[in-house]
Amino acid sequence: MNKSIILHIIGWILTFEAAFMILPSIVALIYQEQSGYAFLITAGLCLLIGLPLIIKKPKSKLFFAKEGFLSVALGWIVLSIFGSLPFYISREIPSYIDALFEIVSGFTTTGSSILGDVEALSYSMLFWRSFSHWIGGMGVLVFILAILPLAGGENIYFMRAESPGYSVEKLVPRIRSSSKMLYSIYIGMTLLMIILLLLGKTPLFDALTLSFGTAGTGGFAIKNTGLADYTYYQQSVITIFMFLFGVNFNFYYLLLFGKFKSAFKMEEVRWYFIVFSLAVILISINTGNVKGLFSAIHHSAFQVSSIMTTTGYATLDFNRWPTFSKTILVLLMFIGACGGSTGGGIKVSRIIILFKSIGKELSYLLHRRSIKVLKFEGKKIVHETMRSINIFFVTYLFIFAGSLLIVSLDNFDFTSTFTAIAATLNNIGPGLEIVGPMGNFGDFSNLSKFVMIFNMLAGRLEIFPILLLLSPRTWKK
Amino acid sequence: MKILIVGCGKVGAALTEQLDREGHDIIIIDNKANAINQITDNLDVLGIVGNGASYHVLSEAGINNADLLIAVTNSDELNLLCCLFAKRASNCHTIARVRNPQYNQEINFIREEMGLSMTINPELEAAMEMARIIRVPSAIKIDTFANGRVELLKFQIPDTSVLVDMQIMDIIRQFKCKVLVCAVERGDHVFIPSGNFILKANDKISFIAEPKAATEFFNRIGIQSNQIKDVLLIGGGTITIYLTNKLLSLGINVKIIEQNLDRCNELSELFPEALIINANASDRYILSEEGIEETDAFASLTNLDEENILLSLYAHKVSKAKIFTKITRHTYDNIIEDMPLGTIVNPKLITADRIIQHVRAMGNTKGSNVETLYKIVGDKVEALEFRARKNSSVIGIPLEKLNLKQNLLVCCINRNGKVIIPNGQDTIQIGDTVIIVTTCTGLNDLSDILR
Repeated sequence: MNKSIILHIIGWILTFEAAFMILPSIVALIYQEQSGYAFLITAGLCLLIGLPLIIKKPKSKLFFAKEGFLSVALGWIVLSIFGSLPFYISREIPSYIDALFEIVSGFTTTGSSILGDVEALSYSMLFWRSFSHWIGGMGVLVFILAILPLAGGENIYFMRAESPGYSVEKLVPRIRSSSKMLYSIYIGMTLLMIILLLLGKTPLFDALTLSFGTAGTGGFAIKNTGLADYTYYQQSVITIFMFLFGVNFNFYYLLLFGKFKSAFKMEEVRWYFIVFSLAVILISINTGNVKGLFSAIHHSAFQVSSIMTTTGYATLDFNRWPTFSKTILVLLMFIGACGGSTGGGIKVSRIIILFKSIGKELSYLLHRRSIKVLKFEGKKIVHETMRSINIFFVTYLFIFAGSLLIVSLDNFDFTSTFTAIAATLNNIGPGLEIVGPMGNFGDFSNLSKFVMIFNMLAGRLEIFPILLLLSPRTWKK
Repeated sequence: MKILIVGCGKVGAALTEQLDREGHDIIIIDNKANAINQITDNLDVLGIVGNGASYHVLSEAGINNADLLIAVTNSDELNLLCCLFAKRASNCHTIARVRNPQYNQEINFIREEMGLSMTINPELEAAMEMARIIRVPSAIKIDTFANGRVELLKFQIPDTSVLVDMQIMDIIRQFKCKVLVCAVERGDHVFIPSGNFILKANDKISFIAEPKAATEFFNRIGIQSNQIKDVLLIGGGTITIYLTNKLLSLGINVKIIEQNLDRCNELSELFPEALIINANASDRYILSEEGIEETDAFASLTNLDEENILLSLYAHKVSKAKIFTKITRHTYDNIIEDMPLGTIVNPKLITADRIIQHVRAMGNTKGSNVETLYKIVGDKVEALEFRARKNSSVIGIPLEKLNLKQNLLVCCINRNGKVIIPNGQDTIQIGDTVIIVTTCTGLNDLSDILR
């Protein structure tokens, strides 16, 4: 294994993290907050460790799948450890594990919080929380790749490990250009959203943090009431953008280059839209008689959009919804957004392929010698893809079951325990009952929080990079 | 005309033989010396051993003053390259055989860009013919004229049919259908029947009719034309691909049995709606499992003639399906004649037919033109479609007054989209297309029908 290149890459991650922390420091300066020094200390610490790692050139430039997965997994862990320091140093979140939980929840775009009173945090901390969503949404390494000619950066393993979905499709031949393209679309859409929110007379700070949370499909709110206090216009803008950020970014790439026909032909985007519409209709009917049809559609569209894209904002306490509607939301948690978006979950593409493979199995049982090639997006699904999707699904279930078992030691009710795991593993944010939209994760034991930190990272990095990190086989020579 | 033929395989040989008989000067090029020797020993043609895509070889063959180059080697790319060079060297007409389904999708582009006069795809033609018959399952063979407005259908008279022992002139009177029987095969003989010809059981008759009239005719003589809904294809070759494509678009269920796993995967990728079975079709158990007894149509399209024959015989034994058998070799013609093999599919023969039809149309600069040509009974009977031009000697004279050749029948006159099944009083007018069925092969002009 080429350890020197992994350390080199981690050095860059730390340096970038230091750079990211300039923004909350500026916020602290504007609002004259004491907490600004926490960011400066942490940034200095990042540079102290990061710069020597960068300056020391890697001995060899050999870079394989192993190095790719490990750099991503370790990179995210290091990012989280240092990212949590400002909370801890400033004593705004006194327990270190809580601070870690909070920032992992941020970077993995989960949005689950241990804080009961969000409004108690200083502005710079709120900003850092939301900004971590934005960084984590598209991926920190993809960001570095877009900017730097990083050693080993021409390697597809990076993107493969960090981009959501079962496969990575490069938009253009070069990875760097692909990363640039992705981030350009990402930044463009975020700016558009900020402008639209400002037009709706949203305060700048709210517009920024809401947009960061939406773009990364994260879901940290800056108010205790979630998004309930915002106007219909603001909520609608957020609904639309949550939906848009859950779409496979290839779709926008195709649109940008005028390939409308192939863009609207994308199977995954179509199904994403169908599932979304279906869920909105069913929930509207189910909850309709409470406050009239328009309000029902508005809130169900917001909630479906929020849960399906794994954002996790809430305009109301859906804990009070009928069981049917809540069940739909829980199912949507597992489906998740499109691959190649900033959302989490199992991903629409995997679900479609799993469904298709059921058809194949039925046909195989009827005609033992029949051959059926499954197609997705008009292309053949090769055996390796099929296998990795099946294994992903099985691993996902095992991790889910294992986490469920450990967290149930805390002896909360089953719905809370179950949805807490679903919300963290799928990077959603809120679950039901005590972890519902108006609740928080603060009451869980440290062990449970640790398990959920693991779940959030595993969910964001599509499980395998984190599993590889833990496997003894990886570390053997 | 001076014609260069590149490629001396089955199609090349058949073309050489036919075109030589029609009096063209043939130069045949192939890189296999024996193939060339075999041809030049038997026929009065010039053979050149060499690579047909080499400019040197082409000029040696006299490309500079050739009228036509036909490229029928077994490689599409080579055929196209030959045609490209020939076109650049002398601006002659070029015909290429292109069979790759992928090229077929862009065939118009290729034809235009390379200035080809014609491209021929044997497997596609064969598949289209099969698809036509599957739509009208009572027929053994269907050819179309006048852009599909007129069809030439062939079928075998069953033992119990009302047609048995009936005079041909009574058919129209009794069934009130506008059909014209134009050829009858009985054993080894082929008749171009006159009105008092008496039909027998097991005769294969070919008749001309409009598509609607044909269906009506089958209904009135009591042959049920059951709609075909399920088709079982054996072998996943190129014909299968074209055929499946066509059948699926008609809403027919297709099941394909193919031995090669990779090929199965390709087929499944191409046709998600079709059921692809990876198995050896010579296993009776598998055929039963996949429903050979219940299928409406069965086509054996493997690469082995012998296997196809046996499979079709077995299918005939266990099911009532409409049967198709692909046969590529001439050698079996006499042996298989009496076997219940259904429709014989021979892509090579179809290729040769189409090319000859084109050559005839090309070679004809006088009053009329061959528009379409089909061989109905092997090489013995031809059905031709001519266009009547100004100075033809047959214009305006009632058919009964024309001194027609023996064994020749004017079957159909097409006037401005109207189809006339003619009797003695009808005349041929300028601009008509006329369908002639005859045993005298080699007609080039409408006036050739006169004695």
